[in-house]
Amino acid sequence: MEKFDVLTTTCVPLNVESVDTDQIIPARFLKTTNRAGFGGNLFRDWRYDANGNPVPGFVLNNKAYGGQALVAGKNFGCGSSREHAAWAIADYGFRVVISPLFADIFKGNALNNGVLPVQVSETFVANIFAEVEKNPDTTITVDLPTQTITINSAGQSECFNINSYKKHCFINGYDDIDYLLSIKEKIEAYEVNE
Amino acid sequence: MKQTLFDKIWERHIVESVTDGLDVLYIDRQLIHEVTSPQAFEAMRRRGVKVFRPQQVTATPDHNTPTLNQHLPVREEASRKAIEALRQNCNDNGITIFDLNTEYNGVVHIVGPELGLTQPGMTIVCGDSHTATHGAFGCIAFGIGTSEVEMALATQCLLQSKPKQMRITLNGKLQYGVSAKDAILYLIARLTASGGTGCFIEYAGEAFRSMSMEERMTVCNMSIEMGARGGLIAPDETTFRYVRGRMYAPQGAEWEKKLSRWKTLFTDSDALFDKEYTFDAKDIKPYITYGTNPGMGLGIDEAIPPDESNIKALEYMGFRAGEKLLGKPVTYVFIGSCTNGRIEDFRAAAKIIKGRKKADNVFAYLVPGSKSVERQVREEGLAAIFEEAGFTFRQPGCSACLAMNEDKVPAGEYCASTSNRNFEGRQGAGARTLLVSPLTAAAAAVTGKITDPRELM
Repeated sequence: MEKFDVLTTTCVPLNVESVDTDQIIPARFLKTTNRAGFGGNLFRDWRYDANGNPVPGFVLNNKAYGGQALVAGKNFGCGSSREHAAWAIADYGFRVVISPLFADIFKGNALNNGVLPVQVSETFVANIFAEVEKNPDTTITVDLPTQTITINSAGQSECFNINSYKKHCFINGYDDIDYLLSIKEKIEAYEVNE
Repeated sequence: MKQTLFDKIWERHIVESVTDGLDVLYIDRQLIHEVTSPQAFEAMRRRGVKVFRPQQVTATPDHNTPTLNQHLPVREEASRKAIEALRQNCNDNGITIFDLNTEYNGVVHIVGPELGLTQPGMTIVCGDSHTATHGAFGCIAFGIGTSEVEMALATQCLLQSKPKQMRITLNGKLQYGVSAKDAILYLIARLTASGGTGCFIEYAGEAFRSMSMEERMTVCNMSIEMGARGGLIAPDETTFRYVRGRMYAPQGAEWEKKLSRWKTLFTDSDALFDKEYTFDAKDIKPYITYGTNPGMGLGIDEAIPPDESNIKALEYMGFRAGEKLLGKPVTYVFIGSCTNGRIEDFRAAAKIIKGRKKADNVFAYLVPGSKSVERQVREEGLAAIFEEAGFTFRQPGCSACLAMNEDKVPAGEYCASTSNRNFEGRQGAGARTLLVSPLTAAAAAVTGKITDPRELM
């Protein structure tokens, strides 16, 4: 996993609630057996029409917006457990997703793929939307060591939670599986006792 | 210390507590299918790691499988390759696979319970959010991503934080013509599509207690549509009767030993939950969704509420606030999926369809959840009832629930569907899904419009 420390970036505002993983990456693109190349189909059916032409109103097609942070309404990533959603978001170039509420499975998948889910208050997310609408070049800074996010133009900050072990993994680029593989003997001992 | 059912199962499966509430949780059973496992096997090959306990893993291809002519090679190349990759990975690693066109193939969450792989007190995972289904047996069962599929294959464990706990008590009995599907759609509408986020749900009360195992599976299946990672119901005589004698169920002395342990799986009185809700079953009528998440539901005779947050959804669905769905034409019907693809669902559909004809304007997918369900539907004469009415009874798979195979609903068309998600494009790009019970779906199939099934019973 890629390491994460402090990131200052512009944002892509997706002011929609309950964005489900079927929208993030539709099922028909899940047939490939590798992890690469999903970014091209990220939000496929919102981003392109049936003929494959970009939908002008959709935020990923608006050249004014860019950066490594996706900002969305609450209940982001609900629905299917497909990790392809996190792969698509990472492959597109996002390192952070900001929302007032994340669906549990998506949050875990993001954390396992170097995409930091930053859960902050609805008010703070509304402030990001407002600032970015005023000026698409607005930057935010996500500081993982101090667990704070700042809207730099407005000088507003808020703290976010992350499990301390997951934070340690993120800063150092460790995967969960490395730890699990290192305690095989304990797992075998558990099996014997059961 | 008073414990919930969830506490009891969770604690027994802790290999070690790491830090900050993170536990190494032992997984008793892993189920895999062709969509979310190939990248896990690939990553293990790269790491040089082998499957740790192949006998605790079971596979079945389901998402990509065609529902007609399963004896022929799968036509779509990408789907065929995904299924071949699953087969190869299972053969290479000594994992049992219930392959396409064999006796016990089917949707992973239907196959697990019907073969007795799902047993009370277990931890069960699968790279599929509807793993919640298995909670009906008093299991901690939840969906995981592919990185976690890899972890469970490599170590039989996952690193997990214990979720919050919610209890939903449904008192009383469901009324005539109201099914388990209506009950769960009602609960999701009341608690919203994110009402259970961060939680595991225990379903309690007379209504769930008096349900069959298949009905309980329908309820637990849709826990994820409330945002809950899973839902569970304490095992009882109904559960034990269902499990006994199945292919993988414990036998003889082992059965007795397991049974006495299973009988301890209940929530202690006075155990505390983070959230508690109580509802009355008599308030529930046939339910239907009008929007693009499963929380946008209403009683079949009710009008769509005016709500600013619905605008995008109503535009997609082609509905207006204040309208009723009753009488709206539908052109597609889907009866099947891990939510409603079991024998009782087809019996319910047959009750409505018997002696009637398929509406001319309707194209229907009737898709059993497994080969076993398919056989039973034929043996009980239900397939004949469907065929006489003008329907095609198909072969098992996930089918039009997520339209990964050829079973799709075209853009702009309405589908009365017994599946679990009405997201935009879920049943095909541009398709409009109305989630309903098998009774309501069957009623729409014979009338060509949204109909209260109680009028046909």
